[in-house]
Amino acid sequence: MSIKTMREAINEALHQEMARDSRVIVLGEDVSGGAGGTSGQREAAGGVFGLTKGLLPRFGEARVIDTPISEAAIIGAANGAALAGLRPVAEIMFADFVGVCFDQILNQAAKFRYMFGPNAKAPLVIRMTMGAGMGAAAQHSQTLYPLFTAIPGIKVVTPSNAYDAKGLMIAAIRDDDPVIFLEHKMLYGESCEVPDEPYALPFGEAALVRSGDDVTIVAFARMVNFARAAADKLAAQGIHCDVIDPRTTSPLDEDMILESVRATGRLVVVDESPPRCSLAADVAAMVAERAFGYLKAPVRQVTAPHTPVPFANDLESLYIPSPEKIIQAALATMASR
Amino acid sequence: MQLSREQLLQAFRSMVKIREFEERLHIENPKGEIPGFLHLYAGQEAVAVGLCEQLTERDYIISTHRGHGHCIAKGCDIPAMMLEIYGRADGLCNGKGGSMHIADVTKGMLGANGIVGGGQPIAVGAAIACKMRGDGSVAASFTGDGAANQGTVFEAMNLAVVLQVPKVFMFEMNGYSEHTGGSYSTGAKDPVQRIRGFGIPVFEADGFDLFSVYDAVRQALEISRNGGGPTAVYAQTTRYYGHFEGDPMLYRAPGEVERLRAENDCLQNFRRRVTEAGLLTAGDLDGIEVEIRALVDHSVVAAKAGRGHTPAELLTNVYASY
Repeated sequence: MSIKTMREAINEALHQEMARDSRVIVLGEDVSGGAGGTSGQREAAGGVFGLTKGLLPRFGEARVIDTPISEAAIIGAANGAALAGLRPVAEIMFADFVGVCFDQILNQAAKFRYMFGPNAKAPLVIRMTMGAGMGAAAQHSQTLYPLFTAIPGIKVVTPSNAYDAKGLMIAAIRDDDPVIFLEHKMLYGESCEVPDEPYALPFGEAALVRSGDDVTIVAFARMVNFARAAADKLAAQGIHCDVIDPRTTSPLDEDMILESVRATGRLVVVDESPPRCSLAADVAAMVAERAFGYLKAPVRQVTAPHTPVPFANDLESLYIPSPEKIIQAALATMASR
Repeated sequence: MQLSREQLLQAFRSMVKIREFEERLHIENPKGEIPGFLHLYAGQEAVAVGLCEQLTERDYIISTHRGHGHCIAKGCDIPAMMLEIYGRADGLCNGKGGSMHIADVTKGMLGANGIVGGGQPIAVGAAIACKMRGDGSVAASFTGDGAANQGTVFEAMNLAVVLQVPKVFMFEMNGYSEHTGGSYSTGAKDPVQRIRGFGIPVFEADGFDLFSVYDAVRQALEISRNGGGPTAVYAQTTRYYGHFEGDPMLYRAPGEVERLRAENDCLQNFRRRVTEAGLLTAGDLDGIEVEIRALVDHSVVAAKAGRGHTPAELLTNVYASY
């Protein structure tokens, strides 16, 4: 056990699974880097965020595959490799780039098993970075998990800390279904205790990050940190919150959310995505349908606005839900009745 | 190149299977019992068979929306395919894929594909698996006039060259990109040169002649199976039916299909060639036709009577586990 960043934890998961299973391959743009450069240095990148560092020297070019900037070919190749018995981990550098390869996810990976029958297995992982906070603006900052969650046939993972990220990555690689693994860029440097040995965390089991009887706060990825910060401040005012991190949005641990809402009667859902068809809307609808009689106040959704992610720092700060907005939403639920 | 008597019989049998299957669907479809869209392969048989006869179950193919012929050539079961196309629960894909998404991964047939250009990158991935296995296996994809201009195909060709994977790009040009002529939709004056521009050796074939396709594929496989990276076969062919069943084919000159059927049909070309050379007798070939016609007939009868689904089957096979 030692303190590791989320970057180190995911990297360690990739190393351990590649060592354990020779069917695991990694492919993407600059996953190693350096090929064809004038310096002759291989692994000039190890992934633009360093997530795939050390894989090429250890596992070689046959299993650590630098690709051209051809996202449709990357995901398509991962699909075909998975159908043919490998366990590819493909990287899309920024989730936003899914625009140029969406067919391979939406119409291919997600549908193989349903269309072809139970002999078809597509055990691939698609890693993508996501999230605002770096001033990367409209085409490099989106949290697209609502889009993926809406597609039957794929699983969607949204880790909020290094411990979960390692266990969920290992589970993703061992899973027999296509998994979209979304890594929030602002969390890469965040650290916590992470076991050195490999371990897998089950999908569809939320984490109860903090417990309290007054308000249920459900938050995703980076928003879990903000929800925890908000809950700390609310506790100082005598308001105690359950903070739930679903960890995977598909499958979603509906039971833990419902159980908590039945106890608190108040729900705040925090989602860095724009509000329409968001996970916030999804969870709110689920609770309205299945726990309406327990609600003491209207459900509050704290989301980004219905805009692209802005560039300027002042605007981006307004765009991203803040602990303060979460506190205000929780207080609003307390004000009712 | 000389094929053995068994190889000749097998190739003819496979072509007849496709022809009989498709001609029968053309007759059955207007009766209204088949859901969805049908895209028939009749006319192009020599291409699928010329390739797949040289593949084994370790090799992969990925097909197109016009996929019945590729399935049959790769060894998929005819009655199970017919059940699938009729949407029956016991179909090859449990009735959830249908004509456009029919597959049998156990036979290395990684699916027909409803997305034009969707399959070529997938075949590159299968070729990565072949290369890692190091057993000389290959992956092949079929590409027509339509997909030939999809960006995914260009990406797949480039990636296959960069990674030097055993991938055969089979271009089967039936002259039409849906309702538009291929000569219009491909801007390059020399489409073969365009493929060569990616660094892929191209072997041209007469898609109306099984022996020509077979020979081109043989040369391509010689390279791809032996570590030489991706190759392509480029064959001109024709389709006898519309883009989809029901297409009035207003874009084709009157008599074009009839003339091609009479003058340059790949099955008739084969028959003439092997009987004139004394390799097979008319009786050999007629016998196969009778046998396959009975198989297709039996398959249609069984498909019409096939089992429907229980409501619970709507929800199965979305995930391996969830």
